[in-house]
Amino acid sequence: MNMTYREAISQALRQAITRDERIFLMGEDIGRYGGSYAVTKGLLADFGEERIMDTPISEAGVVGVAIGAAMGGLRPVVELMTINFALLAMDQIVNHAAKLLCMSGGQITIPLVVRTVGGAGRQLAATHSQSFEGWFAHVPGIKVATPASPYDAKGLLRAALDDPNPVIFIEHSLLYGLAGDVPEEEYSVPLGKADVKRTGTDVTIVAYSRMVQVALEAAALLEKEGVNAEVMDLRSLRPWDKETVLASVKKTTRAVIAEEGWRTGGFGAEVASTIASEGFDYLDAPVQRVAGVEAPMPYNKALEQAAIPKASDIIAAVRAVL
Amino acid sequence: MADTVQTRPLAAPTEVGLGREELLGMYRTMLLARALGQRMWLLARTGKTHFAVSGDGHEAVQVAAAQALDRTQDWCIPFYRDLAMMLHLGITARDVMLDDMARAEAPFGRGRQLPAHWSARRLRIVSGSSPVTTQLLHAAGVALASKLRGETAVTLTTCGDGATSEGDFHEALNFASVHRLPVVFVVENNGWAISVPRHKQMAVASIAERAAGYAMPGVTVDGTDLLESYKVIKEAVDRARAGEGPTLIDAQVVRLVPHSTNDDERRYRPAEELADAKARDPLPRYRAHLVAQRLLTEADDTELKQEVAQVVDDATDFAERSSYPDPSEIATHLYAGR
Ligand SMILES: Cc1ncc(C[n+]2csc(CCOP(=O)(O)OP(=O)(O)O)c2C)c(N)n1
Repeated sequence: MNMTYREAISQALRQAITRDERIFLMGEDIGRYGGSYAVTKGLLADFGEERIMDTPISEAGVVGVAIGAAMGGLRPVVELMTINFALLAMDQIVNHAAKLLCMSGGQITIPLVVRTVGGAGRQLAATHSQSFEGWFAHVPGIKVATPASPYDAKGLLRAALDDPNPVIFIEHSLLYGLAGDVPEEEYSVPLGKADVKRTGTDVTIVAYSRMVQVALEAAALLEKEGVNAEVMDLRSLRPWDKETVLASVKKTTRAVIAEEGWRTGGFGAEVASTIASEGFDYLDAPVQRVAGVEAPMPYNKALEQAAIPKASDIIAAVRAVL
Repeated sequence: MADTVQTRPLAAPTEVGLGREELLGMYRTMLLARALGQRMWLLARTGKTHFAVSGDGHEAVQVAAAQALDRTQDWCIPFYRDLAMMLHLGITARDVMLDDMARAEAPFGRGRQLPAHWSARRLRIVSGSSPVTTQLLHAAGVALASKLRGETAVTLTTCGDGATSEGDFHEALNFASVHRLPVVFVVENNGWAISVPRHKQMAVASIAERAAGYAMPGVTVDGTDLLESYKVIKEAVDRARAGEGPTLIDAQVVRLVPHSTNDDERRYRPAEELADAKARDPLPRYRAHLVAQRLLTEADDTELKQEVAQVVDDATDFAERSSYPDPSEIATHLYAGR
């Protein structure tokens, strides 16, 4: 079926709640309002207030309670309105969800999914437009999914829900309207498997989340110049699929890594260092990175657009490695 | 659902110690805030700007709060609905519009900040951030600085009822009370947090009850009653200045419009509740009071409205004529120089 990224996530949630009575949703404005990005629309009417729970504005509290509910035998799915507000819950996620299993000698599992929304481009200014995927990917003990297509969104969410570990599931606010083919039945896309979106021979462009779309746009333009780019969607950042990336670089001998957030300490640095240390001999040019301008995201539209990586930035980086 | 608040007769002006000029000045600010806010709402709804959030229904307590402060020394850390408070403290309509349209000269962020996040160093106004409730801690900190520096300034800060669910609310009140800081916490309680009604945010009947947990006074006031609000806030400001510590004020107001221009409140808001809210609109109520007290004639009222409409038009034209920031400015003001 053809459906949007939003519909794919919504369907995955609906099917999960129907199938597994331990699964329930918690979040701000997810009930009658249907979620800030309308992902949970209609679920309250069908499943009631115990399964679709509007919470107080209390991100740390809600994630903390969800951790407890997970210990208590449920499978909570928390919606944090945006990744920017996930910062308020950072202690619960990083110091607790990520560590309780290890620090209880393997006794206590936290099967928790935190869904949240990252990214810029909707003119929401500095504290509503950030990309923190790399922060979460930094932390051992949690997993991080960053779907870039409707198909992957549905399948990765199923994998997250089946996982006995805490998974941070990061949607992108500009992808909700993206449509694509999605099977009606449930299926799983494994965490830690990249997807080659476009095969090519001249350069590997590694991306995730919305930058996959931008990379595909760049690749289409490059093709007109006779440059054949391979575009790789990491799909998840922890675990991440270095084997597929290295195999691609071995073939193309050149790599460009694109991410939306700030360059310094961004996830692209991890990919670049892995290519440098484990794929150095394959390379015919230094790895190039494309990232966002290092400043709080401006509200003004023209300034915001100037701060977010575009296809032309990726093309310039590709030219630099050719 | 919003609690119903008994409408009492307004306090007599003599009770609050304000003269005609101040009483009419507060009315003018309410009119200006309403007209300016509605213009910004319209600009957003017609696609000329991107976003607007309104203070309609909150104006009385906001103007009361500004009036209760000593504008030569006090600090204010508002939240996004406080347009009327800002105007009454001295922020101009032109500055508000420049900010609304994200222009280069926008004094609150040079086009980088969202609308309704005002900062003015000269007026000791510091922008609340978009993540809710953080400003209460900053207010406690400013008050701590005033106290440690031996100054007599009071800090007033505001948030919504939903925002009181955050840990920051507890932490700010606790800290302020432990150190008896000169700070006044005003909750503009409109009964809604986007779509979530108050009874899903808290189990207490009144936010003021929570003050007991911090050993500070908690006062509930009808925040649509300008003069009652003024009395209550003035008392809290005086207490703070006298070194008697913080106060929590639960100002019961109404939200007359959707949460923001991104919201469609028909999805969750019962028509009767909205009708009740509209019946508590603070503007006609205060106007009727001024007329009854013979402080305002119909002719004065018409003249004031015309004058305010001109201010709004001027601000709009002024902002529209001014230029956008240059993309090369994205990273300016990232670090302070020496
Ligand atoms: C930390 C954080 N979580 C969530 C939000 C999203 N949000 C913005 S306004 C709002 C509702 C606030 O309600 P309330 O405090 O009652 O104030 P009101 O807007 O009704 O005046 C929410 C949930 C936010 N800005 N910050």
